[in-house]
Amino acid sequence: MSKVNRVPGYMQSKNARNRGPIGDREIRYKCSMQNTILDVLRARPGWQEVAGPNVTPVQQPPGQKGVTSAGTTGKDKTSGTTYTTSGSSSGNRTSNQSTLPSNQTSTGTISTKTSDGDWDFYWCDREWLHANYDTMFLQEHQKILHFRNHYELTRKNLMVKNLKRLRKQTERELGKKEAESFDFFPTTYELPSEYHIFVEEFKKSPGIIWIMKPAAKSQGRGIFLFRKLKDITDWKKGEYQPLTDPNREVPETYVVQRYIENPYLIGGRKFDIRVYVLVVSYNPLKVWLYRSGFARFSNSRFSLDSIEDAYVHLTNVAVQKTAPDYDPDKGCKWATQQLRQYLTAKHGSDAAQEVFQGIDNIIIKSLQSVQKIIINDKHCFEMYGYDVLLDGNLKPWLIEINASPSLTASGKDDYDLKYGVLNDVLNVLDLENRLTGKEKRVGGFDLIWDDGAVLADDGSMECSVNGMSATPNSFLGCHSERKKQLREIYTAAQALKKTVATS
Amino acid sequence: MDSHFAPAYTQKLLQSLKSSKIYTDLQNAAQGEVAKTNIRVSELKKGVQTGLSSSGWEKKLRNVIFQYLQTHPLSSYPVSTPTDHIKEPLAYLRKAQQAWEKRILKSLNSMCTELNIPLARKRPEKEQKDLLSRWTELGTDGPDLSQIRPVYAPKDFLEVIMCLQNPNYNASDSTGTYTLWGLVQLPLKLNDINKLRILYSDMAINQCQTGVDDSSEIPPEMFDSDRVKLGKKVIAADHGPISQEYSKKGCPMSLRASIWSQILGIELDEFDTLYYEQLKSNVIAHDLLVDSLLYKDVKLTATNDDQYFVFEDFLYQILLPFTRDTEVLKHFSRNSATPPKSYIRGKLGVEDYAVIYPPNGVIPFHGFAMYVAPLCYLYKEPVKLYYVFREIYSRYFFRLHSISSHPQGIVCLSLLFETLLQTHEPALFFHLKSVGCQPLKIAFKWLVRAFSGYLSSDQVLLLWDRILAYNSLEILPVLAVAIFSFRKTNLVKVQSYNAAEAVLADLTTLQVIPLIQLSLFSK
Repeated sequence: MSKVNRVPGYMQSKNARNRGPIGDREIRYKCSMQNTILDVLRARPGWQEVAGPNVTPVQQPPGQKGVTSAGTTGKDKTSGTTYTTSGSSSGNRTSNQSTLPSNQTSTGTISTKTSDGDWDFYWCDREWLHANYDTMFLQEHQKILHFRNHYELTRKNLMVKNLKRLRKQTERELGKKEAESFDFFPTTYELPSEYHIFVEEFKKSPGIIWIMKPAAKSQGRGIFLFRKLKDITDWKKGEYQPLTDPNREVPETYVVQRYIENPYLIGGRKFDIRVYVLVVSYNPLKVWLYRSGFARFSNSRFSLDSIEDAYVHLTNVAVQKTAPDYDPDKGCKWATQQLRQYLTAKHGSDAAQEVFQGIDNIIIKSLQSVQKIIINDKHCFEMYGYDVLLDGNLKPWLIEINASPSLTASGKDDYDLKYGVLNDVLNVLDLENRLTGKEKRVGGFDLIWDDGAVLADDGSMECSVNGMSATPNSFLGCHSERKKQLREIYTAAQALKKTVATS
Repeated sequence: MDSHFAPAYTQKLLQSLKSSKIYTDLQNAAQGEVAKTNIRVSELKKGVQTGLSSSGWEKKLRNVIFQYLQTHPLSSYPVSTPTDHIKEPLAYLRKAQQAWEKRILKSLNSMCTELNIPLARKRPEKEQKDLLSRWTELGTDGPDLSQIRPVYAPKDFLEVIMCLQNPNYNASDSTGTYTLWGLVQLPLKLNDINKLRILYSDMAINQCQTGVDDSSEIPPEMFDSDRVKLGKKVIAADHGPISQEYSKKGCPMSLRASIWSQILGIELDEFDTLYYEQLKSNVIAHDLLVDSLLYKDVKLTATNDDQYFVFEDFLYQILLPFTRDTEVLKHFSRNSATPPKSYIRGKLGVEDYAVIYPPNGVIPFHGFAMYVAPLCYLYKEPVKLYYVFREIYSRYFFRLHSISSHPQGIVCLSLLFETLLQTHEPALFFHLKSVGCQPLKIAFKWLVRAFSGYLSSDQVLLLWDRILAYNSLEILPVLAVAIFSFRKTNLVKVQSYNAAEAVLADLTTLQVIPLIQLSLFSK
């Protein structure tokens, strides 16, 4: 009996600094961000921050400012730090900087060697992973953010390429009808490589609006709209030039996309929906969908007359913030729950259900399109931020997928949302080993795909009529009483473990 | 007491029917029936009646009569009673209301003189065109509002209500029998908790409710699916009383828009659209000072609200035409208030030169826009939204900002709140009172706005479901009491007004229906 009643491992003494599996010691984490995620990690009972110079991103060319964990970033992200509890680790960080120059030459290997076993959980940035992944050896239990080649999905050109490929394959194997379920991204070409195909397509349907986006940039930077080819000649001169001059940099890759001209408007404003998705494994594919999220509204009223006015067309908060009359208190955001309510009231619950099922489809199809390409690694996980737009017919369109969605909060509600998402990411990953591993819902996350669609327990005893009983286990925009739910599953799991232990 | 079948009442009903559109419509339909070949002369009356009933006209007639009954309660006064007595039987409250109106008007006039702007002016041609072109995005380029301030806020209104005194009592005796604990010192007749329990018996804990049992935690098979199925049947039946009955247990989000229009008898035809267009062109032709007040109000309330900022433009499209709508004046026959009058320059006090200002007779206060905001979740077309709002306002919400002894009036609702709270949470009430925080000081603004802007929007709609269903505003004080009970643990610890206000500042997380059940049925 004494075994049963012992304190859970994560709450026990903190002296054991063995490098093996977690067992009965604290969980050591590293974090290269300064915002909400750090608050979440610091607030978790039994988790301890690992200090040390290894966190420093070391692969940067000298002279460039650290974009990641170095103390300097604190200034850039002041808006985020309004809500951070100022922690003790700032001292560590300043000391990091002094050590930085000394190991700049052969840093890659030094840092990884020392870092391997020092942490159990690392919320790293993409640059760090990119630099160190290949030389790193991870223990069984270690967890790290991002997959090796995450960009297959997050770079806009690669995402489209992968989607087009899976669409073709599906059409070949399952027929045209099935392939239509991939029609959730607008016609897209990569520039400069597909410039000629694009021009041909452009000439087929003159007068429509196209949107240009840099493939690798985020937060709305470098985006513009155009209607005539000559509008991009300036861009061409600047960017798209044959590589005659060896001193010139390789031209930046852009994608050009058919612009969705009839977006669904609420109160005359355009919006897009941010959806949080957690992938814990690509093989088998295991996907969790977060119930909450938000709809971002553009500040101005939508009209196609003013295509040069970026403020109307871009809903990215990053762009909106620079609008002259931006009011940070206003936030321009609705919780996804609010949106679902609105759509239900206006179009009925079936239509709203269909919208959100469409979003599920986008998530699954896009992840499947890279399933075989992403290098699966049981240490890795990824939290994606999907951006989805609805058109006038309530059809959802995939705009882009972010592997590092902004975790900087724009206000109290936004902070609470992000804090909840991140906490639940940790709850799903369950380094504390508090769950049974069979849960379909953990906090705000619902398991929507586990090597196949996951169905909801609908509580009905009888088999339902006409065979289409099963509702998917997906609740985007539904009420999320995450705290209550967490309490329940932890109690249930504990009880289960007790019975297993005693029997 | 009069009955609905008394000759005087039915006569009025018939009169009203004869002057309404349904009368001619019915006549035309009846003629159509007569012209049918299968009608026998010997059974003419019976034939026409069955024809009208099978073609749906009988239901339409029933709906019209239902709406009349809803809006014309029985009067217990003899026919010869003067109209101002019917509006408000108690002379001292009548006087108080008049004094209050005078004050508002004075404040409005002084703002005019101070800022040197007219109450109304005709817009130049160019300005009219400009306004018309941006009708659907009025929020982007509003007038300069820096000088405009709301005429009054609920707080000012509460001060007036606090000072009301019944002259028949001896007020000089401060420790007298009639000095009540609360702020409202009037002896008015109220429903007690038992009557309220009977009135709201459909909300009892043993009855499944939308707003409780439709939670996503509960499988829809248990309640929600059947509820929606039933709701669809109700909508198909298209009969006001049935919709009202259905709404007693709350409307599912997806059906609410239709159910509410049926309860309120809103069925739009081309005349209604035309009428709205007319109002709109009146807005475009003239610039009124109240427009600026409404602009300011939207900017101060809805635009700053996370849930409603999206609807800013919608709100202008509803509120501005509303001020021009003289149909709204009809509700003054039931309202203790009298529409304010203004006089053409130089003719002050000469009745012949008097005009009602604004044309609908309603001067907006701080928070007025919040009566419309939750409805934006239901109706996408401004015209429909407009008529639903107008009906809800002239049935219910006007009572929340005029002084009267009506059991649904704000004075009675405030008193009901204080009485219920004293009865059920005497310790809490006494504690708050003794630290200088009269509970009504916090709850009053909730009541005046019918909780709009304080609760989350879905909860406001669930609450308003019940207002429409029970045809009564008494649910508002019941909820206010429930909120105080619910936050009691923290409230008994506070030592100042500000601390109490902080405890009750954020109500957006509350679930109203379980709270109401708690306060009505748990003790």
